[in-house]
This record gives sequence, structure tokens and C-alpha cells, in this order.
Amino acid sequence: MLDQLQKLGATALGVAERLGRGHLFLWHVLGGFPALLPRFGLVINQLFSVGVLSLLIIAVSGLFVGMVLALQGYNTLVDFGATESLGVMVALSLVRELGPVVGGLLFAGRAGSALTAEIGLMKATEQLSAMEMMAVDPLHRVVAPRFMAGILAMPLLAAIFSALGVIGGYFVAVGLLGVDEGAFWSQMQAKVDLYEDILNGVIKSIVFGFVVTWIAVFEGYDAVPTSEGVSRATTNTVVHGSLAVLGLDFILTALMFG
Amino acid sequence: MMHSRSVQIWVGLFVVAGMAALLMLSMKVSNISAFTESEGFEVTGYFENIGGLKVRSPVTMAGVVVGRVANIGFDKDSYEAVVTLNIQNEYDNIPVDSSASIFTAGLLGEQYIGLEAGGAEEVLKAGSELELTQSAIVLEQIIGQFLVSQADKE
Repeated sequence: MLDQLQKLGATALGVAERLGRGHLFLWHVLGGFPALLPRFGLVINQLFSVGVLSLLIIAVSGLFVGMVLALQGYNTLVDFGATESLGVMVALSLVRELGPVVGGLLFAGRAGSALTAEIGLMKATEQLSAMEMMAVDPLHRVVAPRFMAGILAMPLLAAIFSALGVIGGYFVAVGLLGVDEGAFWSQMQAKVDLYEDILNGVIKSIVFGFVVTWIAVFEGYDAVPTSEGVSRATTNTVVHGSLAVLGLDFILTALMFG
Repeated sequence: MMHSRSVQIWVGLFVVAGMAALLMLSMKVSNISAFTESEGFEVTGYFENIGGLKVRSPVTMAGVVVGRVANIGFDKDSYEAVVTLNIQNEYDNIPVDSSASIFTAGLLGEQYIGLEAGGAEEVLKAGSELELTQSAIVLEQIIGQFLVSQADKE
């Protein structure tokens, strides 16, 4: 009985300690941001691996999600003779929810896991310690550029996801299902608000980018420096990152559109 | 490899694509065109009941959008709704005795304000008040009236 209690206490303390370490880590990494500006090439290299290499999966998913939304929405709306609203439905669901959320999930899977594995392996092979020996702060030199690249890349990826989704929805709705083209766009433009919908979607994607990248780089930096530890950290990134995106999405949606 | 040209070109392309997507979302998908019309003049009108009218609902004349609802308030003395309409500057020849009614687009659609031109020489300008207003048609009231009138017949 007492042993169980002790185990529970130890787990809780471990979680609290890890959370605390995560925040100190974040504080330290953010402190390295000003020094990055004159050496922006570091961030650009990371933007390539975080952003450009994620482009394909984001673009294809966005296109297909938009197409499926149009197909499925049509089935419901056709009963009410409201197929002209298909554009509104596709655009609002993409811009408000699916762009940032599905984009964030894919980002956690594609870019987050790669970041964790990279930093974790650097730690396992003692590259980070070597940097410290040379009086180079690995948090500023290695982690900060990756972190900034993640925050910059995520809103752009989410926007590309949403835009391609709308285009995919347009092809299916107008090309395949025969919805009137004028009504598709004009209803969409009448209902989708620049601030209320698009700006809030962008804010969501920035928050998701921040949280997912934070989790990814911290998991990598905090990984147990063995091959098993790195593999566990990578899994953790994807699982915790996805859960964080979904949980935060609920809170943000309640705040923004509630 | 680290500072290679192609990496930078790809990142440039990525940023351009992201910006283009944002631009497309705001220009083509959202109602950004509605923001260019923010330059206009404001007139007010008192309505007994505005139904489901909302801020930014359209104000139309002959079916053409000439402005948007800028603000909705409540008058404590007369217990009426005070609706501020923002009308675009180019429509500066609307007679001052024009009437404003709240209509519904379709049976259950969104509500909007329809203006109908009057005959006065004087035109609406900033701060004018619309004297002739007609409240929103509340579906429940009409059904209620219909039921009452049916009951009376029998």
C-alpha cells in the first residue's frame, strides 16, 4: 500500500520536474533568439528541413481533405437544396479547424519526429557535449534555430493546407458535382470573415507550431542518450504533440468562437 | 551543403507559397472586399424588433449591397433597438425619407436591412436618422397570428 503511494508520488514528482525543466529549457532557448537574427542562415537551413520537406505531405493532404469535405458535405446539403453553401462549409471547416489542426498533426508526425530524432542522436553521440566543451551553447546554436524555424513554418504550412483544400473542394464541387461556380465563391466570400475566421486560424496555427516544436526539441534534448531512449523520445513527440494540438484546439476554439 | 544555394531557393519558394496561400485565403475566400468599403457615413434607425440582425449584416437597396450594419444598441427610454448603418460614400443621394425594413434572405436565411427610396429632395448624410422603419418578421409571431386567426374563424 505504502509502496504504491510512493510510486504515485514519485511519478507525480517526475512529471512536475519534467514540466519545470521544459519551461526552463524554453526560457533558455527563447533567450537565444535575438542572437539568431544576424545569423539567419541557420534558421533558413532549418526552414528547409522543417518546412520545405513537409510541403509534399501537407499539400497532398490539404487537397484531398478539401475534396472529401466537398463530397461528404454535398450528400448532406443536397437534401436541403443548399448545395450553394458547399463553398462556405468547405472553407470554414478548413480555415477554422482542419488547416491548423490536421496541419499541426502532420507537422508533429513529419517535422517534429525528425527534430527529436536529430537532436536526440546529437545528444547520444555526444555532439552536444562536445559543443559545450568548446563553449558553444547547444541550446542557442542547435535548438534555437530549429525552434524558430518550426514557429515560422507552421502558419505557412497551415495556410497552404487550407488554400489547397479550398481549391480541391472547388474542383470536386464545381467540376464533379455541378455546383454553381458563382454561388460557390460568392457565398464563401459573404460568410468567411477575414478577422474572425482567417486571422483566428492563423493564430491557432502559430500556437500549434510553437507547442509542437517546443515538445519536439525538448523531447530530443531531454532524451535518454541511448538508441532506445531516442526512439522513445521520438514516439513521445508524436503522441504528446498530437494530444497537445487537439487539447489546445478545443481551448482555443472555445475562446475564439465560443 | 549547409549554405547551398538550392536550400535557400527552396526556402524562398516555400515562403512565397505560404504567403500566396495566405493571400489567396484573404482575397479569394474571405470578405476582404467588404473592408474597403469601411469609408462611409453612418445613419441611425430605431427598430421595434431587429430579430436576428447582426453587426456586419448587409444593407441593401434594390437588392444591391450599399452598406453594412455598423452597430446595434438598445435605447433605454423607448425600449427600441438602435441600429447604426454604415453606408458607402458613393451612395450619397439616398432620400432622407427612405424607409428601412428588416428582411430575411430566404425562409430561414440571414437577416438584412432593405432600404426603399423615398421622395424627398434632401439626402441622407452622416448622423441622419431613418424615420420610417419596419421591424423584422419573427416567424413565431406570424405562426401565432395565423393560429389565432384560424381559431377565430371557427
